[in-house]
Amino acid sequence: MISEKGLLRLTILFAVLCWLSLVLADLFLLFAEINGANAGITEEIPQLLLSLYILFFYFFFKIRIQKAESINFIDLLWHVFSTGLIVSLVQLSVSLFFYLLSDSKLLQNPLTVNFFYHINLGAVIVFLVSTFIVWKRLILYQKNKRLLIIWQVFEYSLLASLLYSFFQTGSQQWLFNGLLGIFIFYGLVLSFNLKWIAYLNFKQKWRSILLLGLVILYLYYFINNLFGFSQEFNLIMDLLDNIFILVIAGFIFIYALISILVILFNLPTSSVFEQKISEVLNFQRLSQSIQKGDNENQVYEVLLESSNNAVFSTSAWLEIHENDETARILKSNITDLKITQVRKSIQDSGIFVYLNKQKANNFKKDLNLAKLTSNLNDPDYGSVLVMPLIIQDRQIGLLVVLKDVSDGFNKEMVNIINSFVNQACISIENFELLTEALKNERYREELKIASKVQKSLLPHSLISDTEFEMHAFYESADEVGGDYYDFFKTADHKTAVIIGDVSGKGTSASFNMSQMKGVFHSLVQFDLDSKTFFSRANHALSHCLEKTSFITAAYYTIDSHEKSITFSRAGHCPGLFYNSKEARAEYFHNNGMGLGIVRNDSFEKFIDITKIHYNSGDILFLYTDGIIEAKNTVGEEFGYDRLSAYLEQNSEKSPKEIQDGLINYLYDFIGTENLDDDYTALIIRFL
Amino acid sequence: MINITTEIEREDHILKIEGDVDASSSIHLDEALTVLANNSAVKFILVDGTNLNYISSAGLGVFMSYIDDFKNKNIKMVIYGLSEKVLNVFQILGLDQLMIIVTDKQTAKKKLHEVQS
Repeated sequence: MISEKGLLRLTILFAVLCWLSLVLADLFLLFAEINGANAGITEEIPQLLLSLYILFFYFFFKIRIQKAESINFIDLLWHVFSTGLIVSLVQLSVSLFFYLLSDSKLLQNPLTVNFFYHINLGAVIVFLVSTFIVWKRLILYQKNKRLLIIWQVFEYSLLASLLYSFFQTGSQQWLFNGLLGIFIFYGLVLSFNLKWIAYLNFKQKWRSILLLGLVILYLYYFINNLFGFSQEFNLIMDLLDNIFILVIAGFIFIYALISILVILFNLPTSSVFEQKISEVLNFQRLSQSIQKGDNENQVYEVLLESSNNAVFSTSAWLEIHENDETARILKSNITDLKITQVRKSIQDSGIFVYLNKQKANNFKKDLNLAKLTSNLNDPDYGSVLVMPLIIQDRQIGLLVVLKDVSDGFNKEMVNIINSFVNQACISIENFELLTEALKNERYREELKIASKVQKSLLPHSLISDTEFEMHAFYESADEVGGDYYDFFKTADHKTAVIIGDVSGKGTSASFNMSQMKGVFHSLVQFDLDSKTFFSRANHALSHCLEKTSFITAAYYTIDSHEKSITFSRAGHCPGLFYNSKEARAEYFHNNGMGLGIVRNDSFEKFIDITKIHYNSGDILFLYTDGIIEAKNTVGEEFGYDRLSAYLEQNSEKSPKEIQDGLINYLYDFIGTENLDDDYTALIIRFL
Repeated sequence: MINITTEIEREDHILKIEGDVDASSSIHLDEALTVLANNSAVKFILVDGTNLNYISSAGLGVFMSYIDDFKNKNIKMVIYGLSEKVLNVFQILGLDQLMIIVTDKQTAKKKLHEVQS
């Protein structure tokens, strides 16, 4: 595709070529007419060239003149003005030339006259077309679909009217006038689209009036000039016969005139519009300031400044409260000393009494805005408006706006200040929420790390032994849990296995679990019997656990020489043992006591020690209460019986298969895959 | 959900626990026991667990933490009416060896004052 710049150059090149051909063709025709010769070209050729010239300039300006935005209305008008100026200069120099040569014979020559007329014609068309495009931009500012359609009908039928010149005959004068009338009327209707005027400020309105006035003046001069030529000389091509040119000129004039009148009538109220627009902009600033990464202070500053401007106040200050005390004061045109004085006067007015009453109610009720403004008995200030800054029933600040006249705040002003304050509060609240969210995000990250650390506390690889195969499974309800299992080979033929559960859930449980791991690895090295192990562990943990915390655990020593399991239970749910000879799974029944419950030497007497012998095919199933207490939708627990029955039915499977089957069974039972509690299983199958 | 009420029958304070005692609701149990422990007039406590549906390790931890406290203050406590399931939880942990747990209120009252003599 050709670039925009390239297109501009191309259109202007073609336009100039068309104009040159037009001049040549017209002069040639004229020459032939004077000499009574056949020119060899028809009269339609110049008409075609003129239409092409107009079209090329039309496209040129369509690309060139950008869309109307609220900031560039004056630029657009300025563009029209400067184009007009250049065209006027061209016409003036032509007039000057005519004036200087008024006696010369040269001017008697129709060829010369027509040549100069063509210069004027070209220049006027540039002005008309460019102004038409600018008007189009202004009319279509804040367009809707309906307006766009109406405009397009106008524009395209206007372009189509270029064809009219080809069929022109004298007898069709009524058609010409009729079409002209319809177009002018259509243009008049369109001319009432003047939304852009509302966005001009006072100064811009005056400038617009000036520029539009000049446009009318130009237009008068140009048309007058063309008229003069048309009357005075015999023209081979008269622009005033062209319906397109007449309509555009008329439309430009009508729109300029209506714009001037509307702007004039709008002048007295423009300050109100300006005020409203600045309020809207201030709103935007208040809501955007935080997003731009500013801090709360900037919001406060914008609030003070916009409130100040919105009600034309004399002075104002903004107190920022932290923990119900004034932490900072932002001032506008007032001293600390004066603030103290004014505060006393406000005290007398009763506003503070009302506010304190509302504050005692935690601002549950909407504020009665009328009660927030009052007249003051103060030498400098006649009236005051006090507005609290409230976020979720909590007062974070106080805005005080002062005026030197009494009754200075009408309802509208109180409302606008209230809106500003609300907007600022929303911004600050958003900011606080965002900060909080970021903090929470950080906690979540920390928790993820904690979860990783905790998983690393559990053994990574299982013990492989010729005597048994084992499988372990662990899943916690939260990021971190309180379940624990571990094992250690104390000798070639001896393996110590522990499973435990810390009271409570979550982070605190996981801390205690890591303590349990420390205790296990310290004591397991001494190859103690399970009872001594627990009594020492209880001793150690009694100093570490808080008053309401305890740990339940079960400790098993597997001796492959003796083919025996020796174990004790410290308050942990009883282990399940599958006896392959009897094909029965049974829970161990021995007494025990949770670690940390009895924190003295009498603990030992609560712990039993039991020894059993195992055979090939037997299974030791260790678990935490998460399995037993898992509830289904009607509140029924999974329970001990389901677990033992399951093991009996699946005793031929490998530990991993047993575990996989059990977790599916459990999920089916509770009807979801979200566990309420931590869940651990350790399965040992003897070979 | 948990509902804890305290009734006074002569010199006995009866703590009625209804519902589930889990990690969050155990705080209410703790509060109720604190009130009794700090009341010097309280010497005999009966815990009615007839409608205690479920107790978690955190709830057991609360009972556990008052064992020494009550001993020092010479307060006697007897628990009665526990369902088999809840009793099993107490037993597995070994708390039944540290606290007096009986089946019904009558036995509980007898036990409470028998211990005293």
